[in-house]
Amino acid sequence: MITVRLFAIYRERAKREKIELDIKQDTQVGDLLEVVKNSVSSIRDLISEGKGMIAVNQEIANLDTLVRDGDEVALIPPVSGGTELVFT
Amino acid sequence: MSFFTEEQIYRYSRHIILPEVGGKGQKKLMEARVLLLGAGGLGSPAAIYLAAAGIGTIGIIDFDIVDMSNLQRQILHGVNDIGRLKAESAHDTIKSLNPDVKVELYKERLTSENIISIFKGYDIVVDGCDNFPTRYLVNDACIMTDKTNVHGSIFRFDGQVTVFKPKEGPCYRCLYPEPPPAGLVPSCQEAGVLGVLPGIIGTLQAVEVIKLILGIGKPLIGRLLLYNSLDTDFRQVKLRRDINCPVCGDNPTIKGLINYEEFCGVGRH
Repeated sequence: MITVRLFAIYRERAKREKIELDIKQDTQVGDLLEVVKNSVSSIRDLISEGKGMIAVNQEIANLDTLVRDGDEVALIPPVSGGTELVFT
Repeated sequence: MSFFTEEQIYRYSRHIILPEVGGKGQKKLMEARVLLLGAGGLGSPAAIYLAAAGIGTIGIIDFDIVDMSNLQRQILHGVNDIGRLKAESAHDTIKSLNPDVKVELYKERLTSENIISIFKGYDIVVDGCDNFPTRYLVNDACIMTDKTNVHGSIFRFDGQVTVFKPKEGPCYRCLYPEPPPAGLVPSCQEAGVLGVLPGIIGTLQAVEVIKLILGIGKPLIGRLLLYNSLDTDFRQVKLRRDINCPVCGDNPTIKGLINYEEFCGVGRH
């Protein structure tokens, strides 16, 4: 089992905080995200274009990082909220 | 002759008796220069606690005006400030709390033209702005001026805090090399925000500023703190500098400020 933990807008859109995938063999993060995209359509565009950060077991990772049974993958979007400082 | 007045020794006595702060640390705080980007949701609690702590000089850049809808979270301002410049309202609140603090106001927009000269005058930048072009502008300017950026951001019920210290840890671009397409991630104005959330994130930023000035503890360099207020969940993610980062990497390709609206795909206002 690999747990995909969702943060901020991923979580809001998917209406859940995590997705559990029954994947036994070692998989690259990129391939894992394809599975997530196909099973949770509400966050498909965010995964494809959202430019979010990926962490594996609480450490920043990339699409090539290998994940295995028991690992936790986190999808962390950039969050811009704060004070309105209109940019020119 | 003592550096402190008798009143200051009394005012800061709860700091001074902490061995980690002491008179020496309090003097460091009183000599520090901290720049707040915005006197809004994140800037409000940061400004109030930094002023109370006796930070010597607090710079505030904000050209916005206080609106009734700000009062749900922007605790620097009150009903009587509606319609005033946030910078001026912030000045008055800080001065009423601690007249020792020198407040420097920039009632202007932060731009590629003014950012470098403003940043140069400060030790630490506290970033609490609300849009991606400014986040990247602030990041790049901090790398170029070698300033530590205490970063906070919020979305509805979630917040993120980290410290970007040039050469010692990653920068914003190491985490998020590119911004999301305009419109994909809604702003607080569009998505809403729990009013107390910036209170938590802004005060965490204030703690990091004070630790950095005093040189105590472990600052959030190379770590991203994620807070979810609905679950009361604090998590950390270990970060690392991207050696291929276009700004802070080993062979940077961006050596001057760029057009950040174009970079973020945002049209001019």
